[in-house]
Amino acid sequence: MALFKRRAKSQTAEDFASDVAAPEDSSFNALDNSELEVHAPELNLPTLTWEEAEEILLQADLGVATTNKIVQLAQDNYSGEVSERLQQALLAELTQPMSPEENAAVGDADIADAGVGDFAEVAGVATEASPAIWLVVGVNGVGKTTTVAKLAKAQKDQGHRVVLAAADTFRAAAIDQLQTWADRLDVSLVKGAPKGDPAAVVFDAVEHAKARGADLVIADTAGRMHTKDNLMEELQKILRVANKSQGTVSEILLVIDSTTGQNGISQARVFNESVRPTGIVLTKLDGSSKGGVVVSVQQELQLAVKFIGVGEGLSDLRQFDPAAFATTLLCGA
Amino acid sequence: MFERLTSGFSKIFSRASRKGRLKPADIDEVLAEMREALLDADVHTKVVEKFCNQVRAECLSAELHQALNPAQQITKIVHSELISILGGESFDFKYSSQPPTVVLLAGLQGSGKTTAAAKLASWFLQQGRRPLLVGADLQRPAAVEQLRVLGEEAGVPVFSDTAAPPKVAARGLSEANRLGRDVVICDTAGRLAIDKELMAEISKVGKALKPHYTFFVADAMSGQNAAVVAEQFNEAVALDAVILTKLDSDARGGAALSVREVVGCPVAFISTGERLGDLEQFHPDRLAGRILGKGDILGLIEQTEQTFEQDEAEAAAERLIAGTYTLDDFLEQMRQIKKMGSLSSLLSRIPGSPENVDDAATDKRMAHMEAIICSMTPLERFKPEIINNSRRQRIAKGSGTSTADVSKLIKEFTNARKMMGSLTKSAGMKRSGKKPNRKKGGRVTPKGGRQHGRTPQGAVTGIDLAKLEQELGIDLSQLEN
Repeated sequence: MALFKRRAKSQTAEDFASDVAAPEDSSFNALDNSELEVHAPELNLPTLTWEEAEEILLQADLGVATTNKIVQLAQDNYSGEVSERLQQALLAELTQPMSPEENAAVGDADIADAGVGDFAEVAGVATEASPAIWLVVGVNGVGKTTTVAKLAKAQKDQGHRVVLAAADTFRAAAIDQLQTWADRLDVSLVKGAPKGDPAAVVFDAVEHAKARGADLVIADTAGRMHTKDNLMEELQKILRVANKSQGTVSEILLVIDSTTGQNGISQARVFNESVRPTGIVLTKLDGSSKGGVVVSVQQELQLAVKFIGVGEGLSDLRQFDPAAFATTLLCGA
Repeated sequence: MFERLTSGFSKIFSRASRKGRLKPADIDEVLAEMREALLDADVHTKVVEKFCNQVRAECLSAELHQALNPAQQITKIVHSELISILGGESFDFKYSSQPPTVVLLAGLQGSGKTTAAAKLASWFLQQGRRPLLVGADLQRPAAVEQLRVLGEEAGVPVFSDTAAPPKVAARGLSEANRLGRDVVICDTAGRLAIDKELMAEISKVGKALKPHYTFFVADAMSGQNAAVVAEQFNEAVALDAVILTKLDSDARGGAALSVREVVGCPVAFISTGERLGDLEQFHPDRLAGRILGKGDILGLIEQTEQTFEQDEAEAAAERLIAGTYTLDDFLEQMRQIKKMGSLSSLLSRIPGSPENVDDAATDKRMAHMEAIICSMTPLERFKPEIINNSRRQRIAKGSGTSTADVSKLIKEFTNARKMMGSLTKSAGMKRSGKKPNRKKGGRVTPKGGRQHGRTPQGAVTGIDLAKLEQELGIDLSQLEN
């Protein structure tokens, strides 16, 4: 998906709202833009002083250190209006750690392949005998279950046969919540007993998928505070068991709520250490929150945002567009 | 909790204490760091500016110039400013003279409303009330089901209906009257503050319910937007107070300061864990002390007092003195401690206690101990001395542990009994000297419901007040006022 990256980089505020070019390769097209168009409201960058700019960045939850860094970068490297310089600096920060050149320099081919908005291919990973497994993880209340439903819809619309795994056996009625979504989507759901072993649910779901010829298992996991070691261990166990199943874990998506403040960095750090997520889903961006904390996360952990959630409906999942994100962020509350 | 804020401040203070005297330049330097600490704790930019300006003005006022210890000066100023920003006095929940007292919960998606509703119901139960939960969240799939499960766990009835939320609320109210419940807690769907339709709906729910209190449920991990969102909710339903959730994370909790300052309503409750008992009333003065690194002994004592069912505790204490304290009492007390919430949340309130308590390990150990005791016959529990090898093997088998575990527990119990016996002899059952002046004012305990003239918590919980005071070098009765 290098095409998308290049385009995003060269974008300016005036043309970022234009529609996204479809990826060329498409045996699997998770990012079919007819379904997941970029969330890009038409906005004009405001005229700002540096002081106002700093306040806007702080209020968007970038945090003190990242705000200072962005301002510095904008002042040193770019010219023009304050907000334009900031937008370019933000965009550079959001896309730069993912650039193939840099990753090639580090010598990490895996990361180089997985660019911003890029997604593991179900068709490439899954075979007759081995369905792809996506794990959806995060702290409590960020919107994991809803995200699972949205991902399932997008994949189903792509022609994939999806099985959902209700591996949140802890929260009261979480299984019922996912069941409702599964019914609406008409996909099968594998569930265990409440308070049962979540790893076993994922394992069973893979077996089920194999038996039914499904090629993708999306697993909803329980919300867990990253500060609770035992719960993080449980998550590692889910991953271990999933790896031992006949499927292939191809995505681990960390869901971050865009209303989260600086704590988001701490969440991402711990989850990153524990299960190495392959990307972030930034939810609840339809509210007034900007989710600026992901800028710091991306900087520190090279963990890219892949999708954004923009509503409670099944179709309210969009591909992440750094340029649009940067502009919305600067347009203030 | 609030660790980040706390650690930020302690660093600043240790810097300040190295300086001989406060000069305006020093103050600015300290303030710049304080600003950063507050911003990193997610306090809203506007609130940070205001806070810093006030502290600066106070620091520069003439009389303080003369004083000698700058660290003390700044600590005092920051402490009083923090209290004033956090809302000064504690939120006082008043029950309506015409029951039911109605509480409405509102907030963003995922802030923890449903869990908070159940915890609140559990809290009211402990206060001796008869709450009813009303589920008016018809948006999120299975939200009502979640409330039902949690309500069952808490032992509180749940009412819901498939009508529109304002109707469900109104019906819930008449249901409460029919069932004679004296507190109604209404859970609503999470909604975005910019969603006009849903915000209109919640104000309709408000009109139908005419709540005595409307609580805004806010996630402690929220960022800058918390202030803005609270403001918009306040316009829709007139907020009375805040419940701050997920404080068991490493969240910095700065949102509490922002919301208080922007909307003007205090934090009434904080939720510090996943169990139903992990909800406590919020006390700004104690929190200010906690932010400055003084711990919150009072909160701990209060929770201890509330959880331990007085009658049982007294009976156990009497048996302890008589030397007839049995494994059954031991088991009962272990279960009581469990009800108080996680051990780490308890310890976080004691200044100087270890920071990292492995809750999981403790829980596991307690579960093992419980299993062992439950596998004993009544006689064995009463007289553990009779446990011989064959009995030990049976108990180990029954509890899924090893004979070594059984022996260890019995040994620990015997030691504890010995130690507690000597403790009660030396310290006496009651706190010697002055009687604590804490008003027990009609607090109804779940079982007895009578008023107690004395505070047995010292002996019962192993927290000896006099000893505690001595160790900490503070006068608890002063803290209480």
